[in-house]
Amino acid sequence: MSNYTISIRSYGVHAVLIEWPNQVEEVILEDIIQFKEHLIKSCLDSKSWEIILAYNSLTLVYRQAPIDFDTFKGKIKEWYAQKKPIEKRGKLLWKLPVCYDVSFGIDLEETCNKLNLTTEELVRLHTQNAYTVYGIGFLPGFMYLGGLSKELEIERRASPRLLIEKGSVGLAGKQTGIYPQESPGGWNIVGNCPVSMFNPKNENPCFVSVGDKVQFYKIEKAEYNLIKIENEVGVYNLEKSKIDA
Amino acid sequence: MLKVVKAGFFTTIQDKGRIGYLNKGVPVSGSMDGNAALVCNQLLENDPNAAVIEITMTGPILEFTIDTYICMGGAEISPILNDTLLENYKVYKVNSGDMLSYGRLKKGFRAYLAIKNGFKSEEVLGSKSFYYPITTEKKIASRANIPYEKCSNFSPKLNALRLQNILDENVILVSRGPEFNLLNDGQLTALFSKEFSIAKENNRMAYQIKENIEGLSYSMLTSATLPGTIQLTPSGKLIILMKDGQTTGGYPRILQLSDEAICILAQKKYGDKVFFKLE
Repeated sequence: MSNYTISIRSYGVHAVLIEWPNQVEEVILEDIIQFKEHLIKSCLDSKSWEIILAYNSLTLVYRQAPIDFDTFKGKIKEWYAQKKPIEKRGKLLWKLPVCYDVSFGIDLEETCNKLNLTTEELVRLHTQNAYTVYGIGFLPGFMYLGGLSKELEIERRASPRLLIEKGSVGLAGKQTGIYPQESPGGWNIVGNCPVSMFNPKNENPCFVSVGDKVQFYKIEKAEYNLIKIENEVGVYNLEKSKIDA
Repeated sequence: MLKVVKAGFFTTIQDKGRIGYLNKGVPVSGSMDGNAALVCNQLLENDPNAAVIEITMTGPILEFTIDTYICMGGAEISPILNDTLLENYKVYKVNSGDMLSYGRLKKGFRAYLAIKNGFKSEEVLGSKSFYYPITTEKKIASRANIPYEKCSNFSPKLNALRLQNILDENVILVSRGPEFNLLNDGQLTALFSKEFSIAKENNRMAYQIKENIEGLSYSMLTSATLPGTIQLTPSGKLIILMKDGQTTGGYPRILQLSDEAICILAQKKYGDKVFFKLE
């Protein structure tokens, strides 16, 4: 198991930032996840520490007292050297329904024109890949997804909208994603997902974890309405499968 | 119940915040001037996490329906119990039927009302702190009723406290953020020699600074952000994330406020002047 050269920096007195090479790569993400699991299992009191994983970094947050950075940096180095590959972590592939109807996909036509694609081609390209979740942040339940087809890369809208509907599925640069709640935003909206990405009533409010994969599939409006209701009353079962089982 | 006769400009319930959900993108929230809220709770001999009311700029009108004890702190906003002007950081007994209102904002921006044993409002994901849409409301509405417990025989160990006043403080103490080393000499000089003013865009999520400095065009991968993180955008805008701030971001994190500095900034309003000082 080859380890990366990691950089360890203090980030205020309550956090430490650990960075891997500045690249969006699944092998790096996998290494970070393994280290995170190792930290939670064997090194840190997981009740007192919070860990934020995003792309090539882990941020460890401890609010109860200032962190003695020099001592802690040494420990992190030791812990990273001790890290062993974990066997069969339960990574999941989530299948998420998206309705690409123009009533939801308010930028669908414009996006297709700009990308020189038909709606069918755009939907096919958007639904063919399983996207890797490289981070969750920005808003509760917002996933940073990697693995978008080159053909779907499009600039952000010139001026952001003040309000984008909850569930909106958008494209921006190398990214695609779902707005988990109403929010201002500058992404090009091509559809809507009827499944709530964040439910504060659940003990685990967001079913997806960093490292999981997400694949979209197309649904029609009637099905959208049904899933939306099923999801709201809590009887909708998401399709999921184990990736590395 | 505490009857909210009039809600005021932006009144919320806050405790120490929502702990344990940063990895799901949930901001910590909690009292913006955490020290002020804490001292009020300490004087009332409450749990440090007891829920308080955070009042912004303009105070509410409140009616108590059961006897209890209260303590105010933070901004000086002329609290009046029936006809009597109250002082900050002093424990007062209130009786059923008493009315609490607020006068002119004299100093600071956010005032705290703590109550014996804390407000007993709805808890979501381990916290009573308002953060929409995790909590069903953004702010307390007029005619809302906020539950609290009766208490009629409390004798505080310490009846009042004179605090070192942070409301006049305009030095914001910062340490180096993760991308501090990207700053050039010009940017460093600008940051630590000039006076800055608070922009109109200031709220529980972030405080923007009115004056731009030279921007920083650096393409970085999205990474964690914390309350008190100062981001520098390509156009040169300084954005200071606060308690409801997003948990990740893509702008360079050049500086990080100390806990105390977050409290000082939380008491600043549009147009107020600040200086940054490197620890």
